[in-house]
Amino acid sequence: MIISSPKDKQKLKQLLAPYASIFLVGCGSCATVCKVGGEDEIFATQEWLEQDGKDVTGSMILDEACHIMRAARELRRFRDQVKDADALLVLSCGAGAQSISDGCDKPVLTGVDPLFLGNVRRFGQYEEKCSLCGECLLNQTGGICPVTTCAKGLLNGPCGGMNNGHCEVDIERDCAWVRIYERLSHQGQDIFTQAVEPKDWSRKFKPGLHDLNRVQQKGRQK
Amino acid sequence: MSRLREKLLSGQFVTTAEIAPPKGADIASALITANKLNLVDAINITDNQGACMRMAPVALARVLVENGYEPILQITCRDRNRLALQSDILGASALGIKNLLILTGDHPGFGDHTAARPVFDLDSVQLLKGVSDLQSGHDMAGNPLDCRPDFFAGAAAAPAAEPRDLVMFKIKKKISCGAEFFQTQAVFNRSQIETFMNVVSGAHVPVLLGVLLLKGPRMARYLNDHIPGVHVPDELIKRLDDASDPLTEGVLIAREMVSWARELCQGVHLMTFGREDLIPQILAD
Repeated sequence: MIISSPKDKQKLKQLLAPYASIFLVGCGSCATVCKVGGEDEIFATQEWLEQDGKDVTGSMILDEACHIMRAARELRRFRDQVKDADALLVLSCGAGAQSISDGCDKPVLTGVDPLFLGNVRRFGQYEEKCSLCGECLLNQTGGICPVTTCAKGLLNGPCGGMNNGHCEVDIERDCAWVRIYERLSHQGQDIFTQAVEPKDWSRKFKPGLHDLNRVQQKGRQK
Repeated sequence: MSRLREKLLSGQFVTTAEIAPPKGADIASALITANKLNLVDAINITDNQGACMRMAPVALARVLVENGYEPILQITCRDRNRLALQSDILGASALGIKNLLILTGDHPGFGDHTAARPVFDLDSVQLLKGVSDLQSGHDMAGNPLDCRPDFFAGAAAAPAAEPRDLVMFKIKKKISCGAEFFQTQAVFNRSQIETFMNVVSGAHVPVLLGVLLLKGPRMARYLNDHIPGVHVPDELIKRLDDASDPLTEGVLIAREMVSWARELCQGVHLMTFGREDLIPQILAD
């Protein structure tokens, strides 16, 4: 799930200052689960905007704001309310916001800061375990990703900052390499005698583009 | 050829110390510090140490070469990707720099540009291999070089860091990827030095023991609380606490560490924090 947090209200107010009327867009997926762009937040934002003297022309909550075609279809369905608005305010991740900004010609503002692809521990507690790096190393590292869970993304073991098994960047956290080492040792596996080659970052296509039908012909592979 | 390598090969006990490049464009003060280091065999030039932005170390290293010093150019993986690292290393060779110390580098979160994007395209093990690649006449992508550089490339080690096994695995990787010498973090415990030397002795990689001048008990406690991989034992802190002149006691402690190094290692790397004037006392037999 994409973990996001709301933008600072004061900064958002400044961003919205030039616009008298706003159309609100929420998202029923990740943004709802992490409580930045679901029904509750859309209602609260509408109230907040109206208290500030804005006219809210309408709102919609997409099932998945990241779905480009559905977002465009929903925008058409709400075309009158969108037309009446000076700007749209999207409470979803940046992917969702861009489905909207690509689907209409009004200024589209985003009210949240997307943080990371996160696992949910419990509500409000999210952990980043995968950074979508393009070439998964989990098979070699005991199912613990060093690219993501090591603060420096190191592939050959802990750095000199390891502090009694903890990470110097966040002393509350275990060093990723201690976790990998403990798990693999427990499983009787050993990856520590061979130096790991530098990562092939050409596998991390940017901007990402993936077409299942053309995956065989995907370029740039050596 | 590296004078540092020659000395170590001939079995001489070597001494190194370090200088941070200036925070600014004037190199004069760094040269004054270098001048105080006349007893040391080689001088490490730090690379944006502690993730604090300073002058490019290669510039200071070159000026030291011009003034007859033997620099060890520190290179971290924090600020440059593999293209920049390799090209800077080739450039260092062209500038007459013979020694490298290859490091992963501190995280930008500790420095003076906390908003900087950390690079870490390579880690220290991979960059050591990269230096080996360049020395064998090709770059990390396998493309041939028209002239190969010749370096004496070393790496860092923290013999006191825990968990020990994990630390030692990485040391072995550094050796297998071309580390030709080690400079260690400060160690204050003889058995930790012995354990470390047992691991590296088979590989015949010289070790310069990190010897840190403790200026007082407060500094010792600070190191224990804030510097990963460094542990000042309680008995040493007590000695500093009880001493009428803690700095003199600190020099005595450093001399003991140097005597361990003379017995167990191939040299020392001195960290004196502005008290270069005390180096003759620290090195006195």
